[in-house]
Amino acid sequence: MSVTELQFQAASVSDAPAVAVQGRSQWQLTWRRLRSDKVAVGSIIVIILMILFAICAPLIAHATGHPVDTAYPDTGEDASGLPVGPGVHGFFLGTDQIGRDLLVRIAYGARISLFVGLLTTALATIAGVTLGLVAGYFGGIVDAILARFFDAALAFPFIILALALASVFHPNLAIVIGVISFFSWAGISRIVRGQTLSLKEKEYIEAAKSLGAGSGRIMFLEILPNLLGPVLVLATLYIPTAVTFEATLSFLGIGIPEPAPSWGNILAEAQNFYNTSWWYVVFPALFLLVTTLAFNLLGDGIRDAIDPRTERLFAGSKNGRRKRGKGKGTGGLNLDQAIMVGEERDLTVDNPMPAGEG
Amino acid sequence: MSLLEVTDLRVSFPTADGVVQAVRGVSFSVEPGRTLGIVGESGSGKTVLTQSLLGLTPGGQISGQAMFDGVNLVGLGTKEMQRIRGKEIAVIFQDPLTSLHPLYKVGWQISEMIRAHDKSVTKAQGIERATELLGRVGIPRPRERVNDYPHQFSGGMRQRAMIAMAISLSPKLIIADEPTTALDATVQAQILDLLLRLQQESDTALLMITHDLGVVADIADNVMVMYAGRAAEKASKRDIFYEPHHPYTKGLLESIPHSSAAGERLRPITGQPPSLINLPSGCAFHPRCAYVMDRCLGDQPNLIPVGDAGEHRSACYLPAAAIGLSEQVEELRKQAVEMGRSGASAKVAEAIAAAPESEGSVIA
Amino acid sequence: MTDSLAGNAVSDAPPDMSDDTLVRVDNLVKYFPVKGSGMIGRTVSHVQAVDGVSLTVKRGQTLGLVGETGCGKSTLARCIAGLIPATSGKVYFEGKDITNLPRGTMRPYRREIQMIFQDPYGSLNPRRRVGSIIGEPFAIHKTATGPQRKKAVQDLMERVGLNPEHYNRFPAEFSGGQRQRIGVARALALRPKLIICDEPVSALDVSIQAQVLNLLADLQDDFGLSYLFIAHDLEVVRHVSDAVTVMYLGRVAEFGPGDQVYDHARHPYSAALLSAAPAADPDAAAARQRIILTGDVPSPINPPSGCRFHPRCPKAQDRCGIDEPALESKAGDPITHLTACHFPVETGEVLARADRREQR
Repeated sequence: MSVTELQFQAASVSDAPAVAVQGRSQWQLTWRRLRSDKVAVGSIIVIILMILFAICAPLIAHATGHPVDTAYPDTGEDASGLPVGPGVHGFFLGTDQIGRDLLVRIAYGARISLFVGLLTTALATIAGVTLGLVAGYFGGIVDAILARFFDAALAFPFIILALALASVFHPNLAIVIGVISFFSWAGISRIVRGQTLSLKEKEYIEAAKSLGAGSGRIMFLEILPNLLGPVLVLATLYIPTAVTFEATLSFLGIGIPEPAPSWGNILAEAQNFYNTSWWYVVFPALFLLVTTLAFNLLGDGIRDAIDPRTERLFAGSKNGRRKRGKGKGTGGLNLDQAIMVGEERDLTVDNPMPAGEG
Repeated sequence: MSLLEVTDLRVSFPTADGVVQAVRGVSFSVEPGRTLGIVGESGSGKTVLTQSLLGLTPGGQISGQAMFDGVNLVGLGTKEMQRIRGKEIAVIFQDPLTSLHPLYKVGWQISEMIRAHDKSVTKAQGIERATELLGRVGIPRPRERVNDYPHQFSGGMRQRAMIAMAISLSPKLIIADEPTTALDATVQAQILDLLLRLQQESDTALLMITHDLGVVADIADNVMVMYAGRAAEKASKRDIFYEPHHPYTKGLLESIPHSSAAGERLRPITGQPPSLINLPSGCAFHPRCAYVMDRCLGDQPNLIPVGDAGEHRSACYLPAAAIGLSEQVEELRKQAVEMGRSGASAKVAEAIAAAPESEGSVIA
Repeated sequence: MTDSLAGNAVSDAPPDMSDDTLVRVDNLVKYFPVKGSGMIGRTVSHVQAVDGVSLTVKRGQTLGLVGETGCGKSTLARCIAGLIPATSGKVYFEGKDITNLPRGTMRPYRREIQMIFQDPYGSLNPRRRVGSIIGEPFAIHKTATGPQRKKAVQDLMERVGLNPEHYNRFPAEFSGGQRQRIGVARALALRPKLIICDEPVSALDVSIQAQVLNLLADLQDDFGLSYLFIAHDLEVVRHVSDAVTVMYLGRVAEFGPGDQVYDHARHPYSAALLSAAPAADPDAAAARQRIILTGDVPSPINPPSGCRFHPRCPKAQDRCGIDEPALESKAGDPITHLTACHFPVETGEVLARADRREQR
């Protein structure tokens, strides 16, 4: 995902109203909207299933009786030494070229992919948010220097870096995590820096300064809570990028080394057998596709739940409900739009306080 | 014959949390060449009211009638509405920085407005007319300024430019929505002066929406006070200020610093404007009213004539003769309240009296 | 010889040690640089936001500060509060020089000087709960923690007229007037001596304004607070202020006790401002002779020479464009009433042009 795309999404999220009615916090409202978004809910379910799938990899190995690294040249390969198809000899998704159970390998591969995806995103987010906050808040020379760092990191040819590191240290998990984190943080920093620049002009920041709050306090207690929305969206949308990146590195042979399975390195081998053993290519690719798609849709869903103003091309149930006028017997605007219309037009939607509460 | 005759206008917005009743049955009229001031605070519905007249409320459900020169504005088709907007009825908004397009020259915007309604006007003629208009509204060196962008104008000048645009087609009615709220006092005086002068020159009717009683006291002929989507009181300017009937009007007048001696405690109205989704029963003002009676919790009061002349109307159950701020009238009110209050409304009155801001402004 | 209320711009006297002066501002100047284009822009000119302002705020009293857009009153307030560094001049608090102090040294003064802001929607962090917002001063200055802090916050909420049970609500759940009360509670937390109110009621409905103004008055009585009250609504300022300063384009035009300035305005700008203020009284409005000023307020980047008001002043003469008038008492006014004008308005003089309006 390009930085400009991310900036656009972040900007639209951070403009979202923090309005609540009747005791609901912004997060409660977001969750309520998210719950009613069928696509997002579907994505969450898929992701949970995928995580379970990854966690249960040893169980799957046990159930099928095929440990992950064990090759079965007799049952797992056909007469000409090619992989056998799905359902043959108890291999649910077929085998690879040396007769290993593809399902079990994909399950273990899921562990790698999800682990790398989530961990690198977490690291990148923490680093990115902190540096972005510092750059945006302090401005001046600090910002000038840090911004150059962000630019450098963004322009960096990461695959070449990975290649170089892999050739020196041999491909391993640590390099993968390091490179992917290093690739991701700068994009987040840029967005956070931009948001911070605009947020620090708000009056409540001035109020905090007038109370004597120090920079650290202002950055992390005043500004950061206002960034969590965009950051959450960004992080969720970065996860699939990280997963794909890992798959790419492994595919190129500079990621997870054999025999440990990764969807990437499975695909690397599979490309040699695509015309004889379609399952070898299709299934890992399918899992990769489903995972990245689920995270992307979830990220979209979160972004829309935080800021319902943005138009969605994917006609989820929300848009449908609006057009069909369904859902609790109301047509027309949803609450937030009404609030915004109301604010523009001087309406008060807040709960009335009885006289005496002032 | 009124220029604009609005009858029982209602505007509501359906939302996921309930229906927002922004305007709940408002009727008024504007005479040619005269100024009607609509006064209200946040949530009174004054802005939605005027925007709905011109079809500027997307998503709103509008009912009622608004006869303008024989045409009903409610439910008018788009093409017809476009013809009327600008040419017959012009609007001046509050913030000229957001209502003028920032990327087009001011002269061009005015010229386009003219040309949209009259295809025979050429671009050059349009700019010429725009220059003339800028001069008419008091912008110095109009020939140069006509080529400037809105951000190159100061606040006051931008508002003048908006006014120039509004009068460009000699409309019969100008709706001005808080036109001076964002301006400094001295500039506000200039703009109000300008509006009055233009009105007198071309006999345009003016519908002025504001929350500022001072503006109304200055240029309105008649006043309508709105509260929670309905008209609380309608009268001539002098009647509203010197012989108010409705407790809300009275409360507004009394809460202004001008009315109390410096250093004395102000007499605010207790509480807040109500939610337009969950309106109080009966009279929407009753939870804040110092004169609340039992009747007020039941049926919503309609506008009834009060005072002497027929034009003064108030939506209140207090006696029709109870107008003004004198002590005798206050006695009259107290008597009516004593007779009309027991049980239910007594509780409301207690709650109002108990509120911290009520000191000195309530009758027990 | 120097009256403590005068704050005379010409005075070189040492800081006032008189007991009832809380804040003394001496010839404060704040220029904002305007940078040229390019990565390392040179400073091409300055916005002369505040250009030599002196004033005093006495203990337990309210100094009203009026002026229109561009007069510098907000900038001045922020310089006094230490939010913006002053370019030159001094700010004394209880006799001590607090101008441009480094953050650590300034910290204890922040307990004494607080601010209330104009925008009830922007001055509270929308993602923080109200209890946390009001409790912030306690947290920053480490004066109360845990249940103690909660109790203190709830007491404050009650004091300003909010329901203490709404401790965990978000600002968005409160109306504009209530949010202002939250801001007041926050400012009050550490029992400051001075509260700078920057247009605290301008964004509120009329009926709510009165509530908040009453609250501020009550708090002043209860806690012996001093206010620097900035507003553009002259009626509001008249109501709350003991003394009034009228600012124009970064300088003080007139200064004095409230009734002096309002009833006997000497500076033509003050007179114009007073005559332009809308009054909720049709007869007064009709009878009033408005001084309509020509043109708009000039830019503070390139202010007029001499007296800054001279291009728009109905009484201006040649001298006005050359000499900057000193702030001193004129035309037999008491020493407490100062005007910066060469040709002040004489008692009984009428500056208004003939009223162009026909009565209908």
